[in-house]
Amino acid sequence: MKYICLGYYDPARHAAMTEQEREAMFDECFEYDDHLRVNGHFVGGEALQPSETALTLYWKNGKVATTDGPYAETKEQLGGILVLEARDMNHAIQLMSQHPAVKYGTIFEIRPTGDMTEITNASEQRRRKFIAH
Amino acid sequence: MPPNAPEDLSRTIETLYRSESGRILATLVRLVGDLDLAEEVMHEAFAAALETWPQTGLPDKPRPWLISAGRFKAIDVMRRRARFDAAQSDIALQLEARVDQAPQEEELEDDRLRLIFTCCHPALPSEGQVALTLREVCGLTTEEIARAFLVTPATLAQRIVRAKAVIRDKAIPYQVPASQELSARLGAVLQVVYLVFNAGYSAEATGAELSREAIRLGRLMLDLLPEPEVMGLLGLMLLQESRRAARSSADGELILLDRQDRSLWNRDQIAEGIALTESALRSHRFGAYTLQAAIAAVHAESSSAASTDWRQITLLYDRLMRIQPSPVVELNRAVAVAMHEGPAQGLCLIDDLLAREELANYSLAHSARADLCRRLGRLPEARASYEKALALAPQQAERRFLSGRLEELK
Repeated sequence: MKYICLGYYDPARHAAMTEQEREAMFDECFEYDDHLRVNGHFVGGEALQPSETALTLYWKNGKVATTDGPYAETKEQLGGILVLEARDMNHAIQLMSQHPAVKYGTIFEIRPTGDMTEITNASEQRRRKFIAH
Repeated sequence: MPPNAPEDLSRTIETLYRSESGRILATLVRLVGDLDLAEEVMHEAFAAALETWPQTGLPDKPRPWLISAGRFKAIDVMRRRARFDAAQSDIALQLEARVDQAPQEEELEDDRLRLIFTCCHPALPSEGQVALTLREVCGLTTEEIARAFLVTPATLAQRIVRAKAVIRDKAIPYQVPASQELSARLGAVLQVVYLVFNAGYSAEATGAELSREAIRLGRLMLDLLPEPEVMGLLGLMLLQESRRAARSSADGELILLDRQDRSLWNRDQIAEGIALTESALRSHRFGAYTLQAAIAAVHAESSSAASTDWRQITLLYDRLMRIQPSPVVELNRAVAVAMHEGPAQGLCLIDDLLAREELANYSLAHSARADLCRRLGRLPEARASYEKALALAPQQAERRFLSGRLEELK
């Protein structure tokens, strides 16, 4: 099963780190990512640029509206996502609890991916019927 | 051996996971001394099998291959950790030193027993024992267990995380308890098995699966530790399970013992259950599970409720009251007395019980009372008791059954 791990971090705390501390953290984290990759657990992952670079888009008064900045302004911000392959939720927990980012203050929200197969198939059938008529 | 088609192999590996993961995990726990690490490297060993076997073909002995792969993975992990934490390097060295000792078959079975005793350790909360046993011993996933117990995977995952933390923090050893404490600790294991079974007995949707798992656990325990009470519990579960097809109608309505179509009872399960119960009884070292199995066996051998040897059942409940007194046992005894000596005598006993208030909120006590009042023609009392039972009944099927009885009395 696939689990999406959303990594939240405190930008202020990150900024306060020395260059050396930051390098040590990256080395440990990337080393662990490699370990996950070698064992087939690392399906994918991306780091995100700081939340100031975000743009939020939504529907308002019948049209699309945008604001700059992240959707939720919180002390901890989403800093990256990791897609994990694990047998079950506790396996995912076990793998992520060893991620060095955790001890450097990253908070991981782990969520199983949703199985949309049934909904997708049903939708396809509806759309096919629509075209046939 | 010629290489197999990859899709065949991945199916073989999945089957192997179902049947072998419990054994492999148990041995790895002993070798690496840590449940979390053992689990992690076992998953990695299976992943390595998926990658390697399509090229090399299925090894002659997959289990030792997987154990050995897991062991090497554990050494890798320890080495990696040692790079950031010097204390870990000793453990890696120790592990490496033990790599060449191939475990014996006998030792592997002991490993399973050790793991079961750890998962059912009395220091763990009961919910944690059940979840951990189903996951670590039976190889079910967090999501499967959560579905069976109607909780979210996140809730169940936490029970497992907490139970594992207790094992770690209290340094609970992986061992079969010494003989002087074996019987008490075995009691805890059997209780977990029976909890799983009962969850399957009453659960409406996923029940059969949990009951099967409990019976599988019971068989495993019997293989590993052929004690009379293990036989008794397995016998009890088989005898209760034998009535599964008869105890609810096609549309899910509950059918009580006296109204069941006994031709639907599973004869194989009954024969096996009775044989186990008899050997347990012969040992003279049996306990409460064996006595309950003996009661179930009397029912199983009767062709109808009327021809049942209720005197024998009453006597068995008397013995059960001596070794494990409880208001629920007393209630069941009262029902047997009602069948044997008449409803008035049974009602007397139930009224005494209800007066003591321990069972005041137990729906089955009120429905038993209602049934006896009905048989005595005391219909307003019967209705009142059915209504009380209905208000307390925890399950849909039971509520539907009670509403049906109330309808009949109108």
